Amino acid sequence: MRAVHHLTLPRALHPGAWWLWALCMAVAASRTRNPVLLALILAVTGFVVAARRSDAPWAHSFTAFLKLGLLVIGVRVVLQALLSTRSQGNTVLFTLPQIPLPEWAAGVKLGGEVTAEALMTALYDGAQLAVMLCCVGAANALASPRRLLKSLPAALYEMGVACVVALTFAPQLVTDGRRIRAARRLRGRTRASFRTTAMPVLEGALDRSVELAAAMDSRGYGRTAHAPRAQRRLTALCVLLGLLGILLGVYALLTDSMSFPFAAGALAVGVLLAVGAMAIGRQRVARTRYRPDPWALPEWLVVAAGAVAAGAMVTAAARGVHGLLLDGPLVVPPVPWLPVIGVLIGLVPALAAPPLKKAVA
Amino acid sequence: MIEFDRVSVTYDGATEPALRDVSLIVPEGELALVIGRTGSGKSTLLRAINGLVPHFTGGTLSGRVLVDGRDTREYRPRDLADVVGMVGQDPMAGFVTDTVEDELAYSMESLGIAPDVMRRRVEETLDLLGLADVRDRALASLSGGQRQRTAIGAALTSHPAVLVLDEPTSALDPQAAEEVLAALQRLVHDLGVTVVLAEHRLERVIQYADRVIEVPGGAAAVSTGLPAERMVTAPVAPPVVELGRLAGWSPLPLSVRDARRAAVALRRQLDSAAPVRSVAALGDELARCADLVVGYGNVMALRGVSLSVKAGEVVALMGRNGAGKSTLLNTLVGILPARSGTAVAAGTDPHRMKPAQLVKAVGLVPQEPADLLYAATVADECSAADSDFKVPAGSCRALLERLAPDVALDQHPRDLSEGQRLCLALAVVLCGAPPLLLLDEPTRGLDYGAKRRLVAILRELAAAGHAVVLSTHDVEMVAEVATRVMVLAEGELVSDGDTAEVIAGSPAFAPQVAKILAPLPFLTVGEVADALDRAS
Repeated sequence: MRAVHHLTLPRALHPGAWWLWALCMAVAASRTRNPVLLALILAVTGFVVAARRSDAPWAHSFTAFLKLGLLVIGVRVVLQALLSTRSQGNTVLFTLPQIPLPEWAAGVKLGGEVTAEALMTALYDGAQLAVMLCCVGAANALASPRRLLKSLPAALYEMGVACVVALTFAPQLVTDGRRIRAARRLRGRTRASFRTTAMPVLEGALDRSVELAAAMDSRGYGRTAHAPRAQRRLTALCVLLGLLGILLGVYALLTDSMSFPFAAGALAVGVLLAVGAMAIGRQRVARTRYRPDPWALPEWLVVAAGAVAAGAMVTAAARGVHGLLLDGPLVVPPVPWLPVIGVLIGLVPALAAPPLKKAVA
Repeated sequence: MIEFDRVSVTYDGATEPALRDVSLIVPEGELALVIGRTGSGKSTLLRAINGLVPHFTGGTLSGRVLVDGRDTREYRPRDLADVVGMVGQDPMAGFVTDTVEDELAYSMESLGIAPDVMRRRVEETLDLLGLADVRDRALASLSGGQRQRTAIGAALTSHPAVLVLDEPTSALDPQAAEEVLAALQRLVHDLGVTVVLAEHRLERVIQYADRVIEVPGGAAAVSTGLPAERMVTAPVAPPVVELGRLAGWSPLPLSVRDARRAAVALRRQLDSAAPVRSVAALGDELARCADLVVGYGNVMALRGVSLSVKAGEVVALMGRNGAGKSTLLNTLVGILPARSGTAVAAGTDPHRMKPAQLVKAVGLVPQEPADLLYAATVADECSAADSDFKVPAGSCRALLERLAPDVALDQHPRDLSEGQRLCLALAVVLCGAPPLLLLDEPTRGLDYGAKRRLVAILRELAAAGHAVVLSTHDVEMVAEVATRVMVLAEGELVSDGDTAEVIAGSPAFAPQVAKILAPLPFLTVGEVADALDRAS
């Protein structure tokens, strides 16, 4: 067995594996509004993040996404309380002063009676979205999007470089802006204007990008692209269309908003287009890759764990297993055993993903 | 290795060529040093070597540039990437990736070098440049010297025969500059790389050069020669050379070591003499810090600094990059608040003051002078400054005339040379006539002429009753202008005293004259000339 297949050999897991696993967990969350299952999914992703994240700056993003999730729940509940109507239930908790609205807004009610049913529904809906956000946060914490971009297929290389450069420039713009705002004080000015803030920042960014372009040119960027421009554009277009098709297919399959044959068709065409274009694209690119992240047994295990979790939930939902959706907002949530086991399998990466390299003391 | 054959470069829209009729040859394995004023065409010359001029910048190049037998007319910069490694002025601006190892591998990836070869070369380069400890670190977290070495490493991994560097040490503190120069030295000696290097800080590099290429700018011709020969007549020269000329040594020493061996007689002659230093007439206290603590987040940039600066003083603030120099200056103008302790500038708490009143009490020229400049032309900038500072129209322009008479009023501030831009920012700040003037690294990118003018301006201001505090890495400038030196380390004030006391004994901060004449207390060539005059 090659060394990369060992589960205990310290190395960084392929970023693609982390993202696939996290997206699978998000899919699992999208199938249920049962608070027990949602809490379980959150706990599973949180545990894996705690077990396998590095000390890189982006590794703290899980907390940020958690806060964002809480905000989503809060906004949802407050809005529901303001717009609540009796149609959702009859357990009135308290009554807000009602604001009279003009004639044209006849269907909308602002304030008035707030029912427990409405609040609980909003809470569960918000929680679902929050947990899905946290799954993306987990992927962010475990593998930065920048590392993911590095393992982009060769046909998308140019686009990947553009994204990486943009990711570097964005924080730089913020520091520039701060510095220039501080400098305004030195001119005795208190008020900001486009001329004194945005202009210097933009000028600086432009200077920097020209310099970066010169540096990239002198370091051989773009030297190996022998393909004519038209062909290059066509490949990129095919890849993009393919990805769009895949996206559309997956979305349609998950939300049941389109008929099954259409969704499956879009998915198939998308996969075909993307794979074909990438195969053609790979032939013309003579670039090599420095220490590419390997895809070995741990990666397969991590992705499989996510797939099992998502699969269990999707199947359960399709079969109409009792407990994924609550009978009513105020019942005690049941604990369906099949989805619970499925979600718990999502814990596997905490063990299957190799530990991180420790800095040599 | 590099051959310029009657090369002239004219940029689009320019009336005068940036380079005129340059013919020169740099043989393999040499370190060639390009010198000349700012704006004289050094960068154009360097960028013509790998074809960035004219392929990237535009303009017209006549004549022929041959690098390792390849004509830049036929090869684009990217096609020369395996022959010429290019390191720009600001390493951060040229980084494409975000960690050291990835950055080193980037050019090899573009060239399509096999993965096992790449891996080996990255490891070799890490060792060669002493970067093994920081291989996984993010580029943004590196120190200035480490960044510059990473940039050099990134250019080296594709094994180019020629390495071109544009002012590699201008932003570095003396220690980091030593590191970078030692690395370059190794490349030339052990690997036979041909290095072409532009640098203003001759005192740092002249001793390593095999050949000097002088780009005088304007209509004068570019000429080459051996360093020792060129230095006899060169209009700008490092202190070691000026001392050698003064003492009439032949051959002219270029390094401190050679000069020290030649200076035995001079030291004996000066034995009984002492340098005469004018004592600054001290006035009121203009800046005071007591137990000042300043931090960003949970990083403490200043930890308990106490100091006092009086009118008439020129105080140099020295220390490593990141020691807290800029933080101290920013606190004195109230950009940063004090966590505890007090900072008083011109009798007031700067953080509480309204900007309009603050600028009349204390002025700061920031590290990036362009941050202060908003207008589209120099003339507009001057009139905007007049109205900002509520002074009679024309005041700023009059100040600028005195500081830099050659600035064209219809130019865009970003098109000015570093020195001119600094003078413009200085003129803007001086409009408010602040009693306390702060300058954050004003000598970056300044040539000797501009530096000399800056020294004269600062002396004049101090004599007129201003207090000046400048942070700088330039020890020669400190020896010339400062009456007092403060050294910061890790946010603490580690020494504070007369210039001679603080810098003469320090291995890192001693100016060349002090090193050559130690243990005699001389700091500058001017002082030595003065002492010799009095003796005869």
